[in-house]
Amino acid sequence: MDITLQQVVFYVVAVLIMIFSVMTVTTKHMLRSATYLLIVLFSTAMLYFILDYTFLGAAQIIVYAGGIVVLYVFSILLTRSDKNLNAHLNKSKVAAAAITAIAGGAIMLFCILSHGFVAQVVPTGDDELSMEVIGQALMGGGKYQYLLPFEAVSMLLLACMIGGIVIARKK
Amino acid sequence: MEYTIFIVLLPMLMFLFLGLVGHKLKPIVAGTLGCCSLAIVTILSYITAWEYFTAPRNARGVYETITVFNVQWLHFTDTLHIDLGVLLDPISVMMLIVISTVSLMVHIYSLGYMHGEKGFQRYYAFLSLFTMSMLGLVVATNIFQMYLFWELVGVSSYLLIGFYYPRPAAVSASKKAFIVTRFADLGFLIGILIFGYYVGSYTFATVGASTGFASANIVGVAKVMLPLALGLMFIGGAGKSAMFPLHIWLPDAMEGPTPVSALIHAATMVVAGVYLVARMFPLFVVYAPDVLHIVAYVGVFTAFFAAAIACAQSDIKRVLAFSTISQIAFMMVAVGVCTRVGYGTEAFNEEGGLGFMASMFHLFTHAMFKACLFLCAGAIIHTIGSNEMKFMGGLRKYMPITHIAFLICCLAISGIPPFSGFFSKDEILTACFKFNPVIGWMMAAIAGMTAFYMFRLYYGIFWGKEAEHDHTPHEAPAAMTIPLIFLSAVTLVAGFIPFGHFISADGHEFTSHLEMSTAITSVAIAVFSIALATLFYAKEKQPIPDALGRKLKNLHTAAYHRFYIDEVYQFVTHKIIFGCIATPIAWFDHNVVDGFFNFLAWGTHETSFSIRGFQSGRVQQYTYVFLVGVLIIVVASLL
Amino acid sequence: MDIHIEYYLIVSTVMLVAGIYGFLTRKNILAMLISVELILNATDINFAVFNRYLFPSHLEGHFFALFGIAIAAAETAVAIAIMINIYRNVSSIETKDIEEMKH
Repeated sequence: MDITLQQVVFYVVAVLIMIFSVMTVTTKHMLRSATYLLIVLFSTAMLYFILDYTFLGAAQIIVYAGGIVVLYVFSILLTRSDKNLNAHLNKSKVAAAAITAIAGGAIMLFCILSHGFVAQVVPTGDDELSMEVIGQALMGGGKYQYLLPFEAVSMLLLACMIGGIVIARKK
Repeated sequence: MEYTIFIVLLPMLMFLFLGLVGHKLKPIVAGTLGCCSLAIVTILSYITAWEYFTAPRNARGVYETITVFNVQWLHFTDTLHIDLGVLLDPISVMMLIVISTVSLMVHIYSLGYMHGEKGFQRYYAFLSLFTMSMLGLVVATNIFQMYLFWELVGVSSYLLIGFYYPRPAAVSASKKAFIVTRFADLGFLIGILIFGYYVGSYTFATVGASTGFASANIVGVAKVMLPLALGLMFIGGAGKSAMFPLHIWLPDAMEGPTPVSALIHAATMVVAGVYLVARMFPLFVVYAPDVLHIVAYVGVFTAFFAAAIACAQSDIKRVLAFSTISQIAFMMVAVGVCTRVGYGTEAFNEEGGLGFMASMFHLFTHAMFKACLFLCAGAIIHTIGSNEMKFMGGLRKYMPITHIAFLICCLAISGIPPFSGFFSKDEILTACFKFNPVIGWMMAAIAGMTAFYMFRLYYGIFWGKEAEHDHTPHEAPAAMTIPLIFLSAVTLVAGFIPFGHFISADGHEFTSHLEMSTAITSVAIAVFSIALATLFYAKEKQPIPDALGRKLKNLHTAAYHRFYIDEVYQFVTHKIIFGCIATPIAWFDHNVVDGFFNFLAWGTHETSFSIRGFQSGRVQQYTYVFLVGVLIIVVASLL
Repeated sequence: MDIHIEYYLIVSTVMLVAGIYGFLTRKNILAMLISVELILNATDINFAVFNRYLFPSHLEGHFFALFGIAIAAAETAVAIAIMINIYRNVSSIETKDIEEMKH
């Protein structure tokens, strides 16, 4: 069998993602939902590693898996809610949502699969993205370089910090 | 003659002034202002008359028709336009004198009669409004202006009849007057429109509707339609002049103050119909003689009908009201019996056209003595406090001036020489006999009835058994007796005015001479009726009338109830018009028309209710709808 | 290295569908927000994959995903701040309790 390690890892990660993302949205325990989210995010980071985007994967782990999930867990613990998330759920509402979502997914899959992507495999010869290239691109002011969005995102983060503090402070 | 515009303008300004700020003035100030303005108007009218009638006649031998002032108001075609202006011709100048004199007397009288009444200033404002409307009506240069002021006169009448508006009887009387005359005015308006369409002009001077010869250029279809137009116009006049069956409003109009009855419902407004026929007389006599005779027949019936009812009334103002109806009918008969005999020649004025002069003469004299009678009645009511004859009797001891004035006017209306009524009534009877002896004898008989019921009234008030009084009756104050004296004096001398010199059917002057046979007959009938009335009513005990009353009980009751015409009207309006026509239409309007709009509203309401769910506030629902929409667009674009 | 591009896209599609389903059906606001994270994540994967397979010499997708992560973090922070505020006022974070609109 001509299966490489990369393929094995990919299939495992793919299965993890698919199963756990479905479980995130169908479980009746809140905290379990957050945990499954964590697993999904880790798996996504793995996916980025497989794609040779190591910096992206690292950023994913740090920010998403490390920051956001912690935030969610804290707020879940701070607020009280129904023990059972799936109680009082309207059957028809569930059915409608499920049908719509699955229909949407089916349409998307149809589009994707019938598109006929030319590049089916990763082109060879490309090594992992080096940090230097990323750094240069991120801090450069040239045509394909991302100084401006970088600064914009930093402003956004500042605004969100201030906003978050203002909204959530105790009167 | 430019000052004639002030004759109409001055009362209008006085109305506006008194109407707007009158309530701030003291009553006596408002009254004096009204009287002063009207005194000026009267003087101006006399000056106008003097200048007009002493001016030399024109080439044709008639008094010139002067259009002093004419402003084009609405323009339809070159010939058809509505103007506002002042037209002077013999009958309009005569009417100016009549209206201003009687109105001035009523203004002075009201200073005394309405003293202490609430709304004194409003009363004088309305009197000015009425005077202005009536003056505007008679000096109208074209039919539409006449119609405009006709309606204004109706409005003033409504306002004045309903002057005591807290009383429901007064309110319903004013409504009745206005609605009945308005209904008749519909015929008038249709007549005007037909007239204007076919003849092509509204202006009197153009169509030859002022004294003179009728215009010769009415040919063809116009000639055929003209009788219809004139007949419809007569219907309007019949409403205003209280001809049968549109007379029902006049007795009820007595709910207004007595000076108002004197001014409006005796001397001026009610003669507007006669004035209209007189104004259109050349056209009537040339193109529509049959309609003119219909006018006469209606007049004869009304005169008889009203005289019969007047014999049985106990309210003195009602007797005078029916007497007015009867006398106006006399005027209508007079102008209605005119024929074309002698038209175009010298003899027209004495032959076919005599009735015109007689009618105008009677209008003049009747205005004076009927106004005087009403004012006397007012003086009596003022002191007794009630209109009913049973509260009066033997008043000659207490009210000498009123007594003499009343007696003079009763003799005048009965047609006893040398009072003015004799001369005018004699002319009418002469004209009637010329037309048709039957009509002549009928009118003579009705004249006899007139004398009878007037003296029944006279004896009932001033002779006979005295009734109980809370306080002794007293003579009226000076403000009230001066007009009585003046008007009685006019009645004494007016008969000797050579009316034919001024007013005649074709404008040429002629001297009417007394036809001895008619004169002696009418005087004899009058004296006989007076004697009968004296026999019946002069004493305290009245055995003959009581016996007659018992024998002819049904007839008496019917006459007392005015022959139930009002009940017929009530039946027709309530059962037929309201019940069969108005109610289904109201049902239709309420259910179908309103129902349609209610249905639209209901539909909108239901729709909004059902789509209210879209704005639920549930974000997930919003997202769901959004998602479905996006998917639909995607699928649509894939296909 | 012959993982076809479609396989990655199928994975991200499943995550997307799951996220949408969760957003439409969950009662808890936090659960809704978690579903939003799933959706964002799925799109980040898509960007990265397209960049890697179709435009290997460019970096747009990579940076888009990077900035997407940053923005998702900021948005989550503010959303949770708001949600804490709601919890203080209404004492509940069920979606059915925050349905009331201004009249």
